[in-house]
Amino acid sequence: MEIVKKGVAGTMQSSDLMVFVEPADSLKVEIESTVIKQFGHLIQAKVDEVLVKNNVTRGFIRLTDRGALDYAIEARIETALQRASAARA
Amino acid sequence: MAKNSLGREIPETFNGKSYIPYTDPHSIKPEAFHFQRASRVLKRNYSGASKVVGGLREAIVASGLKDGMTISTHHHLRNGDRLLNDLVREIDALGIRDIRIASSSVHIVHAELIPYIRKGVITALECGVNGPIGEQISRGELACPIIVRSHGGRARSVISGEVPIDVAFLAAPCCDEYGNFNGFYGPSACGSLGYALVDAQYARKVVAVTDNLVPFPALPIGVAQNIVDIVATVDSLGDPKKIVSSTTKLTKDPMGLLIAKYAATVIDASGYLKNGFSFQTGTGGISLAVAGHVRDMMRERRIKGSFGCGGITGFFVDMLDEGLFEGLFDVQCFDLKAVESIGRNRKHQEMSAGLYANPFNMGAVVNRLDCAILSATEIDVNFNVNVNTESSGLLLHNTGGHCDVANGAKVSIIVCPSIRGRLPMVRDEVTTITTPGETVGVVITERGIAVNDHLPELKAELIRRRAPVKDIRALRDEIYAVTGAPKPVEFTDKVVGLIEYLDGTIIDTVRTVRA
Amino acid sequence: MADSRLRRTLLFVPGNMPSMLQNVPLFKCDSVIIDLEDAVNHAEKDAARNLVRRFLKSWKERNKEVLVRINPLYTKWGHDDLKAILPEMPDAIRFPMCETPEMALELDAELTQYEAANGLKPGHFGILPSIETVKSVLNAYAIATSTKRIFGLAFGAEDYTASMGIARTNSGEDLVHPRMMVVMAAKAAGLQAIDSIFSDINDMEALRRETELVKRFGYTGKCLVNPRQIDVIHEVFAPKQEEIDYALEVVEAIRQAQEMGTGVISLKGKMVDAPIVKRAIHTLRVAYAQGLTDTPVDEEILNG
Repeated sequence: MEIVKKGVAGTMQSSDLMVFVEPADSLKVEIESTVIKQFGHLIQAKVDEVLVKNNVTRGFIRLTDRGALDYAIEARIETALQRASAARA
Repeated sequence: MAKNSLGREIPETFNGKSYIPYTDPHSIKPEAFHFQRASRVLKRNYSGASKVVGGLREAIVASGLKDGMTISTHHHLRNGDRLLNDLVREIDALGIRDIRIASSSVHIVHAELIPYIRKGVITALECGVNGPIGEQISRGELACPIIVRSHGGRARSVISGEVPIDVAFLAAPCCDEYGNFNGFYGPSACGSLGYALVDAQYARKVVAVTDNLVPFPALPIGVAQNIVDIVATVDSLGDPKKIVSSTTKLTKDPMGLLIAKYAATVIDASGYLKNGFSFQTGTGGISLAVAGHVRDMMRERRIKGSFGCGGITGFFVDMLDEGLFEGLFDVQCFDLKAVESIGRNRKHQEMSAGLYANPFNMGAVVNRLDCAILSATEIDVNFNVNVNTESSGLLLHNTGGHCDVANGAKVSIIVCPSIRGRLPMVRDEVTTITTPGETVGVVITERGIAVNDHLPELKAELIRRRAPVKDIRALRDEIYAVTGAPKPVEFTDKVVGLIEYLDGTIIDTVRTVRA
Repeated sequence: MADSRLRRTLLFVPGNMPSMLQNVPLFKCDSVIIDLEDAVNHAEKDAARNLVRRFLKSWKERNKEVLVRINPLYTKWGHDDLKAILPEMPDAIRFPMCETPEMALELDAELTQYEAANGLKPGHFGILPSIETVKSVLNAYAIATSTKRIFGLAFGAEDYTASMGIARTNSGEDLVHPRMMVVMAAKAAGLQAIDSIFSDINDMEALRRETELVKRFGYTGKCLVNPRQIDVIHEVFAPKQEEIDYALEVVEAIRQAQEMGTGVISLKGKMVDAPIVKRAIHTLRVAYAQGLTDTPVDEEILNG
């Protein structure tokens, strides 16, 4: 999936997260989380998995997490990617 | 380093003193320590003259406070307290250094003390703290040895002389010039003076600090003239509206309500909910919802309870007024309705922290408790409970009466959501042990009820009622399946604080968090 | 598909709110309706669809019936909702603004197609149509009998009052007639009748009165918007002790008749026929769910 424009998804409510994606020449991921110490490793693993699954090789992906579970992380990244992809007008 | 019976490493000495590691809830006796009873020189005052010396500064001078001494205040005004901050400012102005604080608790409002800790005015805390001071200590950003004590444990340490208080500065909301005072009336009325009653009896010098000097005698007497050395006057002791620092509204959160419903089921199934029932619950939305269920069951079945206990809320006052309890034991008023009640109702009994929960005497009130609702920041698979640190490892909360009540009550019930912001609250190990699992009866989350092995009959009865009883390990697994397994917080080897059990043994330590 | 599943409480949960969604397994309602329609802003339909899909995929041990309220098929979201949601195997679709049997048949066809393409049993997905406009109230029986997937009719008061140009009140007099029409259509078609939400979440007494009213009308369940309403509704639908005692006697009479091999069952001189048995079973099932009896009802008895 090609990131051709900016895309945002999610909210700042607890148990949710916001995902910001934008085009970039290489792949860069930035994670900010209320539970980074305890769950930073799992969040990172989930982000990597979703990016691979969606064939994202380039782009700047930024997460602001408020203690979201894996399913929500996956869904919000998907939505942000879809919103930023060429397929969507 | 020695390991205590719960596997926690305890240093042999801390801040120049040696300590005994925790062994079990009940076997440690006063003989284990060399302390006997706080000594207080006999005095003779043949003068009937006023004891008012002026303001805080004059009182500090008159008390003879010197470098290296220990002072105390009480925390009945909670986050509305002004006295401790004003006091330390004056102590600094007088050039006095190296003071130990042995107050009954320290609140967020007392973050103002941090510069004075850095400056060397305050060099040790003989009490637990809430908020930024503990946070900075556990981050390693603030150097000040701290010993966290429960309400009962603090009373014990003061009464035994283990923590000798040189001068107690006691906020006295309704006070006369000869030193009689109570907490019932005046602009800073806070109701019960339960924590202060201990200091008033055992401190070497007692200063009553008031913003409401009334004509002699200030009646009814809470603390009497014969043990008060000095009276000081100030503009204001603080803001009693901020006594209500925790929530006193019933929760509306559906998960909280579910937990409360389970807790009511547990109380009902315990067999103690009959005439003579005794009960303690704190503030907080879930606790109050439990109290609501208990009230409804008592009404419906025409049960006359024995007593309600603890920090007292308006909710308990209503239950007393309705005749659901014989009386209330009140160590501190949690809201203004309780303050109003204790001033008018003789069945609403003011209770000293020693009477409430000191383990070294002929029996504390907590020993007579049937059921108690307690909260937690974390619980482990051995039922150990943490209320001091958060999962981040930071020391943010004082113990309060947690381990005291769990130790005394027949059924201590921990209510806690299973997850807070992805963090699992039932875990392999708690960050800090405040209350040993041996004294915890039941753990309730919205995902189910775990009953400790020492209550097999209660467990069987709950299963019979088809309550969602789960093994605590199964509960942990279920929660981890939702959140994932958290990475343990990393600590340095540097011990900056001790968590003392109510009997004076050391149940855990606080180490600085690795950045 | 006149199934007899217990549906006293059907809780709406907003589809784009993780904090509510992930508590779905813990709510003590009989069914949950995850909402992609009214609870989701137009701009967030795609986000909600992804979130609900991922949530359902992650929820392994389903402990209650799962319905998803999709957007109407005449909107630009309805078909995409189905495409996203069906692979996650909801039990049924809550079908809003269903005004005609043709509309129900359009959804039926799409479900049939999906089932065939994916090797699922025909009729796997149920439909719970919302009867929520004056037109759908008038068409209620035709809708109820349009496809076998429909197991109940759900009355929707909010949109109904809007379609009538009237305001909804807490007293409910304005709704007596449509409520009766819907429950009559449902009963005539052998379906469950499920009542509308009650939106004032702070007035538990009014909720109780309304639930008591619709219970007398013949409704056996109610939709709700807040989990705090669950207990009240369950209490109202709980059978009285004499109803339970009678149901137990009926079941005992059947058991004895089966033992003795007699075809005709009688109780205290009165014949026990199929509807009585059915009601007794329903009573006991609700009683057990409510904790009023200790043993689950032996459903086998129906086959005797």
